[in-house]
Amino acid sequence: MSAILIIEQILNGLQLGVMLFLMAAGLTLIFGVMGLINLAHGSLYMVGAFAAAAVAGATGSFLLAMVAAMAAAAIAGVLIEVVVIRRLYAKDHLDQVLATFALILIFSEGVRWVFGSFPLFLDIPDYLSGPVSLPGGIQYPLYRLVLIGIGMVVGLLLWLLTQQTRLGIQIRAGENDREMIAALGVNISNLYTLVFAIGAALAGLAGALVGAIQSVQVGMGEPVLILAFVVIVIGGIGSIQGAFIGALIVGLTDTLGGVFLPQLFRLFLEPAGATSTGSALASMAIYILMGAILIWRPTGLFGQRA
Amino acid sequence: MTKVTQTLLAAACAAMVATAGLAEVKVGMITTLSGGGAGLGIDVRDGFMLAVEQSGRDDIEVVIEDDQRKPDIAVQLADKMVQSEKVDVLTGIIFSNLAMAVIPSVTAQGKFYLSPNAGPSALAGKGCHPNYFNVAWQNDNLHEAAGAYANTAGYGNSFILAPNYPAGQDALTGYKRTYQGELAGEIYTQLGQTDYAAEIAQIRASGADSVFFFLPGGMGISFLKQYADSAVGLPVVGPAFSFDQGILQAVGDAALGVVNTSQWNKDIDNPTNAAFVEAFQAKYDRLPSLYASQGFDTARLLISAMEKADVADVDAFRAALKAAEFDSTRGDFAFGLNQHPIQTIYAREVVKEGDVFTNKIIGVALENHADAYAAECKM
Repeated sequence: MSAILIIEQILNGLQLGVMLFLMAAGLTLIFGVMGLINLAHGSLYMVGAFAAAAVAGATGSFLLAMVAAMAAAAIAGVLIEVVVIRRLYAKDHLDQVLATFALILIFSEGVRWVFGSFPLFLDIPDYLSGPVSLPGGIQYPLYRLVLIGIGMVVGLLLWLLTQQTRLGIQIRAGENDREMIAALGVNISNLYTLVFAIGAALAGLAGALVGAIQSVQVGMGEPVLILAFVVIVIGGIGSIQGAFIGALIVGLTDTLGGVFLPQLFRLFLEPAGATSTGSALASMAIYILMGAILIWRPTGLFGQRA
Repeated sequence: MTKVTQTLLAAACAAMVATAGLAEVKVGMITTLSGGGAGLGIDVRDGFMLAVEQSGRDDIEVVIEDDQRKPDIAVQLADKMVQSEKVDVLTGIIFSNLAMAVIPSVTAQGKFYLSPNAGPSALAGKGCHPNYFNVAWQNDNLHEAAGAYANTAGYGNSFILAPNYPAGQDALTGYKRTYQGELAGEIYTQLGQTDYAAEIAQIRASGADSVFFFLPGGMGISFLKQYADSAVGLPVVGPAFSFDQGILQAVGDAALGVVNTSQWNKDIDNPTNAAFVEAFQAKYDRLPSLYASQGFDTARLLISAMEKADVADVDAFRAALKAAEFDSTRGDFAFGLNQHPIQTIYAREVVKEGDVFTNKIIGVALENHADAYAAECKM
């Protein structure tokens, strides 16, 4: 086990973490401000990836594709907020889960209807492809470094938005007391739509960025959605810092666990058994972590409400 | 209601059912038409329906249902088809876990099952059944061919990976059954995993001279794109499932030059295949995949049996199926003792023809290959 391999795996974990953060940030904002469980967040991720693939195919421009992904996801987000989700704020969580689960099915079949059943092509632009040499002789894909950079920048911008701007004050106030902020003259309905659009755009961006190195296909959002829920539960629901730290913890645990647990088991098991036991335990690792953190801090690392 | 009217009503209903059932053979197709695996089911369906249409027969009725890739739904659909639709033959299932949930029960109820894709080992060995025919392959076959190809290509230190589920374990077992070199590493990934950075780093550090992977569908697309971007550059071998016509366009340049194993390709030189490729393109405006060829061959097998025997005469119909006297897209077609194909498996290379990514046969990986479980089948 060389140091190079370990550093490379840590970078991989960071990259997974920041992409999870883009998903989890929207989810945690929406849950924190509106108290809404939005299972359709993964569908917005998929919408972003498909929009990016379509625009990249038509124009050849990766940057335009990213802009299109955010725009398409934000528009889709505003649309479902106004048409469906607005009716759910006052309902209990079971109704929200049912309705947003229905949205997943509608989005999946709708996207399949428009784009067909076969995966779409979306690739890294030439200027971002290939590996770069890092100090110490590490060969690491440039695109993944860029992803880490984008995730960090978005994290910083979101932190500034929530902590330093008027909108951020309203969002945080909305998390604490919805009735009071409405009574103070803030148009809570517009605020909700805006927050939803921001969350959707981030999910769309994540879908497009990740779609370029993975496959753009129907149902791509749901596995990520599950991880994103784990992230916001670990980080504390409603907290951007929590989502960021939680995403990095989950990304690193998932990546490093998948690599090192099978090797650990190989010390005292025969190879085939070690591989399967190690892989099985690695896929449970983040849930075990989540359980442990919830025992230690029942509201998550940065959670405020009981 | 009096007893008499009830009886009359029942008789009327029975008469309606009888007149509705004009078709002589009723086929129930349960396949995956929605969600992530839909491309495979759609190809099987389109290939099957193309053969039915070409036969010009009006005595085949096909009932098509979508299993959504969920075993419970597949079981419900199978019950419906057997009990209320009264089908004679079932077909269509793509995924092995669904096949295991459906096939043993429908063959036990006396129906025929013709598998156009899934070939789990349990149904090829001890669990074989006289009414179960596999027209595609036993699951291990293409992986065994990949191992055989690795030997001829001179690879001596392979890194192998597959998802941690039964077909993934079958894949690595199949590869190791024929491959004679050393293993630089063996990894089980998570089913549905889309990020392979960690695995690729391990491949880079392992000192392997080649990579074998079985990652069907979107998993394979992700792996190939990330592998190409990492510039590890070792030769890759895999079964055709990650290189079929539907997937290749989404992988793009990253797949160019990769060798994969398949029992079918569009350039297999026989008149049936040439006509199939042309007709499929004309009708559906896309190139057929191996799944489409399997659907087509399944329908051709069924039609060949209908020409020789009445489906009501179960023993004669079974014998006609077993004889498999039809022109396959793969050339000669024959069943082994466990009613799985004995066939030649080719090595193909991914090439670009104009703007379209497709495969070209570069050699034979395994000649007239039978599966490893046939001996366990007592039939």
